[in-house]
Amino acid sequence: MSRNLPVLVAALLFAAGYCLCATQFPAFLTTRVVGNLLTDSAFLGIVAVGTTFVIISGGIDLAVGSVVGFTTVFLALAIERWGIPPLAAFAIVLGAAALFGAAMGALIHIFEMPPFIVTLAGMFLARGAGFLLSTESVPINAPLYSAVADLSLSLPGGGRLTLTAGVMLAVFLVGGVLLHATRFGATVYALGGSRHTTGLMGVRVGRNTIAIYALSSLLAALAGIVFSLDTASGTPLSAVGVELDAIAAVVIGGTLLTGGQGGILGTFLGVMIGGLIQTAITFDGTLSSWWTKIATGLLLFAFIALQQGSVALAGRSGRAARPRAGQQPVVRPAEARP
Amino acid sequence: MSDSVLLTVRGLSKSFAGHQALAGVDFTLRRGEIHALLGENGAGKSTFIKTLTGVVRRDAGEVWLDGEPIAPRSAEAAARAGIATVYQEVGLLPNLTVAQNLFLGREPTRFGLVRNREMRRRAVALLADFGLSIDVGAPLGRYPVAVQHLVAIARAVDLSARALILDEPTASLDTHEVTVLFGVMRRLAERGIGIVFVTHFLEQVYAITDRITVLRNGRLVTERETARFPRIELVHTMLGHDLAETEARVEQADRPARAGSGTPVLQAEGLGKAGYLQPIDLTVGSGEVVGLAGLLGSGRTETARLLFGAERADRGRIRLDGKPVQIGGPRDALRHRFGYCPEERKTEGIVADLTVRENIVLALQARRGPFRPLGRVAQDKIARDFIAMLDIRPPDPERPIGLLSGGNQQKALLARWLATEPRLLILDEPTRGIDVGAHAEIIRLIRRLCDEGLALLVISSELEEIVTYSDRVIVMRDRAQVAELAGSAVDLTAILRAIAAEAAPAPVPEPA
Repeated sequence: MSRNLPVLVAALLFAAGYCLCATQFPAFLTTRVVGNLLTDSAFLGIVAVGTTFVIISGGIDLAVGSVVGFTTVFLALAIERWGIPPLAAFAIVLGAAALFGAAMGALIHIFEMPPFIVTLAGMFLARGAGFLLSTESVPINAPLYSAVADLSLSLPGGGRLTLTAGVMLAVFLVGGVLLHATRFGATVYALGGSRHTTGLMGVRVGRNTIAIYALSSLLAALAGIVFSLDTASGTPLSAVGVELDAIAAVVIGGTLLTGGQGGILGTFLGVMIGGLIQTAITFDGTLSSWWTKIATGLLLFAFIALQQGSVALAGRSGRAARPRAGQQPVVRPAEARP
Repeated sequence: MSDSVLLTVRGLSKSFAGHQALAGVDFTLRRGEIHALLGENGAGKSTFIKTLTGVVRRDAGEVWLDGEPIAPRSAEAAARAGIATVYQEVGLLPNLTVAQNLFLGREPTRFGLVRNREMRRRAVALLADFGLSIDVGAPLGRYPVAVQHLVAIARAVDLSARALILDEPTASLDTHEVTVLFGVMRRLAERGIGIVFVTHFLEQVYAITDRITVLRNGRLVTERETARFPRIELVHTMLGHDLAETEARVEQADRPARAGSGTPVLQAEGLGKAGYLQPIDLTVGSGEVVGLAGLLGSGRTETARLLFGAERADRGRIRLDGKPVQIGGPRDALRHRFGYCPEERKTEGIVADLTVRENIVLALQARRGPFRPLGRVAQDKIARDFIAMLDIRPPDPERPIGLLSGGNQQKALLARWLATEPRLLILDEPTRGIDVGAHAEIIRLIRRLCDEGLALLVISSELEEIVTYSDRVIVMRDRAQVAELAGSAVDLTAILRAIAAEAAPAPVPEPA
């Protein structure tokens, strides 16, 4: 049970925070706020799903923010200057990002380099490439963009579930299934336990590492598409530092930064808690929006302390894991069996 | 047991950076046979296994399994071909569940989704074959090492292994767990699986194997049937010279009856901690070796940790030279000049990247505190002296200690504590995982230290060893003191009787 404790705490925290906000600002009880919360968190949420895979596998991906930035610039130029249809541009950028991530994964695997360094290099690379394309913001006027901006599902009570929020929910759903119910997902956890052992157990470590980083970059590009749809523009400066926001959300959601433990639901809660704080500060109106960062920092401290505590607790309860009283011992001689 | 050949190895060779680690080794494994692969540290056992299973690329040689030539390029390929290896460090993932560990990479799926219920059902059925009934949905890390080993073997066998290599599987198991493992091994052999068994324990070799292959310096020395291979000859063959074990035997015969001759240095009265260790009484005199015997998890290490303050006792008291002292933590213990060589040499003992010299002066420097650094000249002298005194090889104080063999690491650890000129030295499993030659040396060293007036408390799973050097033996069981033997009463049968006395149900292995 102690494994699920961080997720449980995150859920309770979110619920408590939401109730608190609702007492302060009755508007929180409307679907409009819920819809906005989802829309505002959409782009970070999509990135964070990829980051969850990477962190559970024992790695880290610092390049995602830059990939988002590159994606928005690329889309703006491709659509506005080079005349590529938006959907084709989406496909190109998703493919390119996946290749980029795969290359980072390959470097990490083949040269046994620390993911931190490789993705740090990737971060500079992607950011630089974005600036190479354009140093300034480029507006996107394609009809698809204005059409999408209006596309939403009306919720009862006046709220709207936008396309971007829908994309995020879908990504969480698919990501959850992929992580928790497939062989690939089991391998992600295995890699986070020990890469060496996983290899000895006959799992193709390289292939899976490449897939994990490709997935992370792919989702970052998808987030970039969502970002460009939201802002109808592309700028190389977009999404600076988002990789760190994503890591924060993942950790607050109970995923161990050392890998091997965690889950998608936790990440969803982590993203939502961040969004909630931001929304509350916006509602309040008197606080500087930088308080979001301070609150996130404090939460991170608290959650890491909680994780350490629960890991220690799990160790202790593991030590006490003996067969229940009255049962035969866990190990009995094989010959003794009938 | 049939005599048909399962695995044939001819001329297997491998060199690392000019060093010939394996030179043309031949090896034959028959169906249903348990075959011991023996040799001192550095004999080439690990290289043989790694080369055979493709973890490292072989330079020359051929391998046939069931008449088919095979050349696996990875452990995975070897497992697919039918040779599975279970290493000493359980090669599984503690963060995954037991079932996930059993089926990683080959989970039953439907439409790409893992069928968890089916996987658990199969896991339970598989483990039942091995006499294990555990919750397969719990993380593997929650179970004792013995269980983890059985799970690893179950996985290997289920991967349609025809040949199973067990690399020191018993190193961290207690007697009862070894019995269970041996039961499993015999049943697998009956099913026609050939088992290669690597171990340091000669008793176990004679208890279970059919045949013995001995390697020395990367070469095949001999292959013989176990039943026709007397132990003395085997040790002789392994060492290539005469002979640690006989020497130890002689020493045992000469053992002077000195029990109680020393003045008590340390007295523990009713020392204990709720839920950790039942109160024990214990006295160690100067020039005396007190052995702590018992199964794994019987409370031996717990006793040491309470004495050293690594765990805080909640009852009883400790007297040093007759005066009561407070041991609130390891710092207090160090101040009173206690030394403690813990069991986990690799994780709690040596600092692998530091040199031998740095490792040796570590505890001394710690006692002096950060503001009284030990000069380089003094450090060099201490390191040189102890390297000479304990015959640490190679005698190079500037070599990173991680590059030394297990036995020499252990000696350097001993040197670390001896450098602090301790009154009392606690050694937890000083001979674990080191080869026969170094083993005898450590034992000689223990005797010599106590002749020089040191008070020693030694924990060991190897009862014969305890008998060899102890003046008194305290026997532990289920985290309580059950007997104290002194003088001529110290012998193997007495200890075994004390451990086994009226302990009707076999003890459950403690989580490691």
